[in-house]
Amino acid sequence: MEQFVMAAVTILIGVFGCICYFFLSNIALDRIYPAFGPNAGANINRASQIRPWLFMFPALALLTVYLVYPVFVSIYLSFMDAEGDKFVGVSNYIWLINDVKFRESMFNNLLWLVFVPAASTFFGLVAAAVTDRIRWGNFAKAMIFMPMAISFVGAAVIWKLVYEYRPDGQEQIGILNAIWTGMGGEAQTWLTSPVVNSFLLMIVLVWIQTGFAMVILSAALRGIPEETIEAAILDGASPLQVFMQIKVPQIWGTILVVWTTITITVLKVFDIVLTMTNGQWGTQVLANLMFDWMFRGNDTGRASTAAIIIMLMVTPIMIWNIRNAAREAR
Amino acid sequence: MDNIVGTKSRLVWAVNLCALVLVLLWTFPTFGLLVSSFRDRDQISASGWWKAMFPAEASVQYRAAGPDTAVLKDELYIIEGNIFEGGAGKVTAFGTSIREPGAHVVGSNAETRDGEVLTVAANGDFKITSPSVMEGTRGMRVFATTVTPARFTFENYGRVLGAEGLGRAFLNTMTVSIPATVIPILVAAFAAYALAWMEFPGRALIVAAVVGLLVVPLQLALIPLLKFHNDIGIGKSYIGIWLAHTGFGLPLAIYLLRNYMIGLPREIIESARVDGATDFQIFLKIILPLSFPALASFAIFQFLWTWNDLLVALVFLGNSADQLVMTGQLKNLMGSRGGDWEILATSAFVTIAVPLVVFFAMQKYLVRGLLAGSVK
Repeated sequence: MEQFVMAAVTILIGVFGCICYFFLSNIALDRIYPAFGPNAGANINRASQIRPWLFMFPALALLTVYLVYPVFVSIYLSFMDAEGDKFVGVSNYIWLINDVKFRESMFNNLLWLVFVPAASTFFGLVAAAVTDRIRWGNFAKAMIFMPMAISFVGAAVIWKLVYEYRPDGQEQIGILNAIWTGMGGEAQTWLTSPVVNSFLLMIVLVWIQTGFAMVILSAALRGIPEETIEAAILDGASPLQVFMQIKVPQIWGTILVVWTTITITVLKVFDIVLTMTNGQWGTQVLANLMFDWMFRGNDTGRASTAAIIIMLMVTPIMIWNIRNAAREAR
Repeated sequence: MDNIVGTKSRLVWAVNLCALVLVLLWTFPTFGLLVSSFRDRDQISASGWWKAMFPAEASVQYRAAGPDTAVLKDELYIIEGNIFEGGAGKVTAFGTSIREPGAHVVGSNAETRDGEVLTVAANGDFKITSPSVMEGTRGMRVFATTVTPARFTFENYGRVLGAEGLGRAFLNTMTVSIPATVIPILVAAFAAYALAWMEFPGRALIVAAVVGLLVVPLQLALIPLLKFHNDIGIGKSYIGIWLAHTGFGLPLAIYLLRNYMIGLPREIIESARVDGATDFQIFLKIILPLSFPALASFAIFQFLWTWNDLLVALVFLGNSADQLVMTGQLKNLMGSRGGDWEILATSAFVTIAVPLVVFFAMQKYLVRGLLAGSVK
């Protein structure tokens, strides 16, 4: 109960604090540079130069403290020892390159980077294409989109049940093993078989991300000018040709956006691996490796180094995004 | 458009079938979990969830009442009972030894080694008769092949919310996610307005920075911020996680809201300016109400994200009962109760219930937000 009171008070303080800040700072600005009197013109100009910064100050302060400052501290820590006290040069990086678990994580991350965006975009495109043509399309869309609302941990439980293993002879309660044994195979402990298990973890993320891809791509497909499709049909193109050669090329830009957005999610994937295998049996990924060194290893130097590697992998996409946004603003 | 060439019925069928397969593939895992959460422990380990709708066939073992309860009637010692103990079900075969649990047809008499005669009826009633006094201290074991109708229970939910501590974790999650959703909205809205409708040097630079910050991995922020929180005395507390979620949510909030606000008609804002409205008034009275769809989109995003988050909660909150959120609790359960699917399935369903309700109720805004939020 006490906790709820605290939460409610925080909301009140937060909301009223914000409103008071904006309101009072605004009044103060008007007092300091009144829009009347001898210097009215100059005052208005000066006030309108300052006002945007008043509006942005809380946001900028939070962004700086919570996102910009940590980047620099992380870079700094990656050159320090486990406690962050002593400068150790690039030895963390050298250790990282020679670490077996790191190599495994890099390899797995690359697998994830290829498989998850490709599969999600592919299924998303197929789902968008078919659900736009059927009468119960909205229902179908909602069902495929639903996993987006489910937490990674929840998804991990859901899929662990799918992959569940019971020794041979017992009734299989995981649907994958039930199908597998039904086809004459021997029940497998899927999550402990290397390489296969990584793909099984990836399937969980594909399952979650396909809905996102579908929603964006479906909007893009509907935005295609009708004339192009009409012309193609009049020229005798089959529905598949229309889709592959007329529609897909026109939404190429959107496909790229979907692909990069999912790529970013993939690079940060953590919960699924932590809860399903905790990086054992050859499924380690960078984000979980970082978490391992942070909490179990208690080594801020190595953990920060792993985080920097993730940042470096995100950076090209970040630059690409910024350039796109800048081009659009022009 | 596509029906210009006339309806191609085969294509329509293929499309419908393809959609059906996709929908089934995407829903069956969740559905399996939902069904499992309504089954008890024995049912879950006896058969896959997909068999839950159908009557279940099982081999059961029942120990009859002890020999001392036998009643003497017509010079026979008799023990009677029902192997379902009042529950529903049907016996298809029975037996007297574990090696041949289904050796006898229902209604027939089976003789045991010590001269007792067992008979079991289809409804589970059994009768053991013996001409002499029954020996031993324990009752006879009756083996049977039974078919029990589909049965579902709410017991798991009660147990999970109470004994497994998920009820408390539910409250903790609410405590985290509601302020963490409300606070960034206002902060971001003001900044977004400035970035959309106020002219000042460096605006483009800040917009670019916000776009860049959208993708900064959280992993980078964890260690420095935990140190920072410890230094300023917040430590692992709700205040800390609210601030962290606010900070991490701001780039998306600013980006979404700015994109939306910049699309609002210029005339409205300019005519208000001409009428002498200050920026503050324009923001509060015109921009904020008009931006409701974008605010709703972001609120849903942020709510889902904070509710579903595990990483930030693991780092910025403690592991004690008054700070453990549901995702953390679920993770712990996966470790400590890995095989207890009735607990896991039910817990997972409790954690995803609220997001699912929000999702289905506000799907429109979520889609709108996604469309605006992906960098075009």
